[in-house]
Amino acid sequence: MSAVKAKRALLRILGALLVIWAVATITFFVEAGLSGNRAEALLNQMAGTTRSVERTPAELAPINREYGFDKPLMTQYVEYIGGIARGDFGRSYLQHQSVLTIISRQVGPTIALTVSALVLAWLIMLTRIVVTARRGRFLTGFGSGVEIVSAGLPTYWLGVILLVIFAIDLQIFPVQGETSLVGLVLPAITLAIPLSGFLGQVTRDEFEKVLEQPFVVSARTRGMGDLAVRLRHVLRHAVLPAITLSGWALGALISGAVLVEAVFARPGVGNIIVSAAQSRDVPLVSGIVVLVAIVYVIANLLVDIAYTVVDPRLRST
Amino acid sequence: MSVATADPPVLRRGLELPRAATLLRPGVILAGLVVAFFVVAAIAPALLSSGDPDKINLDAVLQPPAIDHVFGTDQSGRDLYTRVIYGARESLLIGFGATALAMVLAIALGGVAGLAGGVVDGVVNRGIEVLFAFPVLMLALLFVAVFGPSVRTEIIAVGISSAPGYARMIRGQVMAVRDSGYVEAARALGHPYGRVVGVHIFPNAMRPLVVVATLGVGQSIVWASGLAFLGLGVPPPSPEWGALLDAGRDYITKAWWLEVMPGLAIVLFALSLTTIGRWLQRRLEGGTAR
Repeated sequence: MSAVKAKRALLRILGALLVIWAVATITFFVEAGLSGNRAEALLNQMAGTTRSVERTPAELAPINREYGFDKPLMTQYVEYIGGIARGDFGRSYLQHQSVLTIISRQVGPTIALTVSALVLAWLIMLTRIVVTARRGRFLTGFGSGVEIVSAGLPTYWLGVILLVIFAIDLQIFPVQGETSLVGLVLPAITLAIPLSGFLGQVTRDEFEKVLEQPFVVSARTRGMGDLAVRLRHVLRHAVLPAITLSGWALGALISGAVLVEAVFARPGVGNIIVSAAQSRDVPLVSGIVVLVAIVYVIANLLVDIAYTVVDPRLRST
Repeated sequence: MSVATADPPVLRRGLELPRAATLLRPGVILAGLVVAFFVVAAIAPALLSSGDPDKINLDAVLQPPAIDHVFGTDQSGRDLYTRVIYGARESLLIGFGATALAMVLAIALGGVAGLAGGVVDGVVNRGIEVLFAFPVLMLALLFVAVFGPSVRTEIIAVGISSAPGYARMIRGQVMAVRDSGYVEAARALGHPYGRVVGVHIFPNAMRPLVVVATLGVGQSIVWASGLAFLGLGVPPPSPEWGALLDAGRDYITKAWWLEVMPGLAIVLFALSLTTIGRWLQRRLEGGTAR
């Protein structure tokens, strides 16, 4: 690795750390600065009331001491950032456990869901593009029409429809709350279809542009078949923007997973964060938000690397 | 769906343009009608349904869609079609509100970055990257946990989280226009900088924004109703589309229409806006090409 490249990689990593720090900072100040009297909210939460009851200073004092709310805001902030640097994402108000412990119990199904949806989305997208791009008016129009519609489908609605048709009516798949491999099929498809439409819209443009390139013509004149040209020459160029977008789409994928887990009553991180938001367990919600941001930033770093693997031109520059 | 098949692939160039335009027309007209229908529903719902959205009828509970109840009825026998019509106002308000907020933020961020360049641009650009690291629903859930669920929380959360995408686009536009020949000419003629920004840079950089804003309203409604679907948006007695979805969740095994019909309204509205947005985009791009 040359010195220039090492320097660029270092800058990129520093930039990623900066983003994570900023996310944690924003989250902290939304949590601490904007949510009013946290000790009071916490006491009410423990008492199980949803109304906000006024509390006396004597009642609030032990809570303030236990959670460190009586310290100056900046001290709390420094401790919070220090905690995140050490891998401590805070403690849940209601479950009295660290955020990481709570998440680690249910992160498996969510990873299985998002990864299989991402793979599935790419498969659907590539098949559709290779088969329909520039194949005459009808087929092309059909392919891009499917893309536009599927990109616009809300995951929760699609999930409900698949659930009604395939699980309730036809009873091919288990209805809800199933974590086996069979139970993964409908949720993964639900999450994959809108993403495949989104990625496909970009890839199709690129694919059609590449089809007109001189090297494609030259491959054809060498007698290469149409399918082989599409798979071996065009695809490699056309997937570049979709790779970048996959990192970017991770945000939508995680948001989508929250909804899909709700539709299919699957256990997972989405399930945790929704019930935490419902019970206003702020540290648990913000801990997950910061973790998701970290995953997002790392994934985008990896996308940068993947880019140089697929496109050798970037390695030399 | 005719909306879909009428949409030709994007990036038509040169000679292909007129054919694409004619091909598109029925789809765009249909999309326009759908949008007009829901806008009327939001302004004057009584024109589109003679019923009362809150009228309980225990003799007609959970009726599937039929002639007298085209969308079926809910667990209290309320007519779902009427509820969807009356829910349009709040749903559209959330969609337009969130998009407007996103646009204001994006114009401020992207405009400053694009005009100033240099260090300011670097800083704002990093800020945009930070906002990207908060996925829509994550930010919304954080806001709900801190401020409690409400229409205002929904609008703010969805608006802020859609802002970075627009901001990045505006920044690019402003930079492109800033360095273009006619701006250089205007500045060489000695026009004051403020005037050049107001008359030349701003209007030209904002042009593509019309398109994104059109698409954005639909997307905002989709996200906001997703939040409501999770039980964290507008609470159920309201006929807001997301609230209808939330209310229908408990009946999914026996009354599919309670989920499918309000969802259909959301999808139709969002897809119609997408169709119109793409058509506008082609019109605008065609205009600059010639």
